[in-house]
Amino acid sequence: MPKKSIYLDYASTTPLDKSILKTMLPYMSLKFGNSSSQHEKGLETQDALEKARKIVAKAINAEPEEIIFTSSATESNNLALLGLALAKGKGHILISAIEHDSVIKPAKFLKEQGFNVELIPVDKFGQISPIKVKEIIKKNTILVSVMHANNEIGTIEPIAKIGKICKDQGVLFHTDASQTLGKLKIDVKKMNIDFLTGSAHKIYGPKGVGFLYIRKGVKIEPLFHGGGQEFGLRSGTSNVAGIVGLAKALNLAQKRVHGDEIKIRKMRDELISGVLNKIPNSYLTGHPKKRLYNNASFRFDFVEGESIVEMLNQAGIYASTASACASKTLEPSHVLLALGLKSHQAHGSLRLTLGRQTKEEDIEYVLKVLPKIIKKLRRLSPYGKK
Amino acid sequence: MVRSNTYSKKALQYFEKPRNFGRIKNASGIGKVGNLACGDVMKLYIKVTKNKKEEDYIKDIKIETFGCVAAIATSGLTADLAKGKTINKALKITAQTVAKIIGGLPQIKIHCSLLATDALAEAIYDYLKKFKKPIPSSLLKKHKDIERRNKILEERYKDLE
Repeated sequence: MPKKSIYLDYASTTPLDKSILKTMLPYMSLKFGNSSSQHEKGLETQDALEKARKIVAKAINAEPEEIIFTSSATESNNLALLGLALAKGKGHILISAIEHDSVIKPAKFLKEQGFNVELIPVDKFGQISPIKVKEIIKKNTILVSVMHANNEIGTIEPIAKIGKICKDQGVLFHTDASQTLGKLKIDVKKMNIDFLTGSAHKIYGPKGVGFLYIRKGVKIEPLFHGGGQEFGLRSGTSNVAGIVGLAKALNLAQKRVHGDEIKIRKMRDELISGVLNKIPNSYLTGHPKKRLYNNASFRFDFVEGESIVEMLNQAGIYASTASACASKTLEPSHVLLALGLKSHQAHGSLRLTLGRQTKEEDIEYVLKVLPKIIKKLRRLSPYGKK
Repeated sequence: MVRSNTYSKKALQYFEKPRNFGRIKNASGIGKVGNLACGDVMKLYIKVTKNKKEEDYIKDIKIETFGCVAAIATSGLTADLAKGKTINKALKITAQTVAKIIGGLPQIKIHCSLLATDALAEAIYDYLKKFKKPIPSSLLKKHKDIERRNKILEERYKDLE
């Protein structure tokens, strides 16, 4: 039997769609001009850039001049937090306890610079209570940052409600939509969002390109100074091929989202119920209902996540874990701890995220292999049942 | 090519086909190290008898490990190395030796090889103490060190447990 190759890590990244690649290719060779140039070659790419900006803006119901192209969601998150902090100079910042590191780390940095940074707690499913946000907003709060959906556990946050509260309190609201762009409907006007982070490579687009939506009238300082591209907020020669790819990826996602969702959700539900039924002492992490349709995240007692992922890897299944042993710092996942899990419970985590190429038989194979792996690891462990 | 987050072929072999795993009933000595909160726990069992020269030697050895790839691989290898050795020779197996034989470990995983040799030392200490045999001063020192480190871990993870 040939070695299996089953990719179940779509929340990490996705393969570039062939039709998106085709749209990008001319901008890597023939249409190579610098979009800041005045001549024909420059205008050609400038047109492509502005067309892409319109597409991205329309996808989230924003205006083209509210879209700043960046290199990644990480850069967008940094630009939102640090750029606003630079413009304001001081103040109170609220971020959720389960944000991605690219929000947590700049927030920590700002704390070191004298800003007052506070974490918004989550419940055992990873959800934020909008009422809680209202309670802890202060007079000097300059920003609330809550992700649209969590990358590890897939829980979807009530961002429209939080946006409304922030608007009523006169506080700016940022959401990192890296995991939801192209999957869930986003309307920055209706949802009262002031900053929104998006990325291309999570939706079958290229790596190395993202964007930050900044509501008209909101002032931030740039982090990169130079040629004044992107309305002066992000200098650097535009990555036209990448940006064209991002726009195409969003276009495609909007066309396919309905079909994708039905197909993927069905397989994901089978995967979750299969795992919970077949493996004793296994638990779903994240919200049972309000979760991304492609996310299945678990934790298992008496086993360690890095070992699970390596055994899956050897069986040709590519997954991920937030286990301490698999992290660069050997610290348990801040997301799982924020749910109220003890650190020994956070070790046996496993995330399987499905995508467009996932097939029914892949799920069947995982359900055949994973219970054996957990059993084997438990047999090695002093805590497992013999 | 050096990859930052991967294991050697040998480590993966020891992980894929774990060696010396299980328990020994009526073990002569048992060593338990690590802490569940920090992610690695090893329990090592030894059966000690006399060889032809009337020296104590490790006739059988088994290990149980909760932990990552490195913990499972290094504990299996450590047991392999100690099996059939006299107590004195087994005590000379160092974490560096284990890490070297396994083909190197990612820097962040070096502590796993240390944990495996600690478990072995603790099992031997347990055996010597139980049978009221003289305990070499270096082993006594190591035992105290391990105890002290365990305490620090327990303190560190107390709030998280």
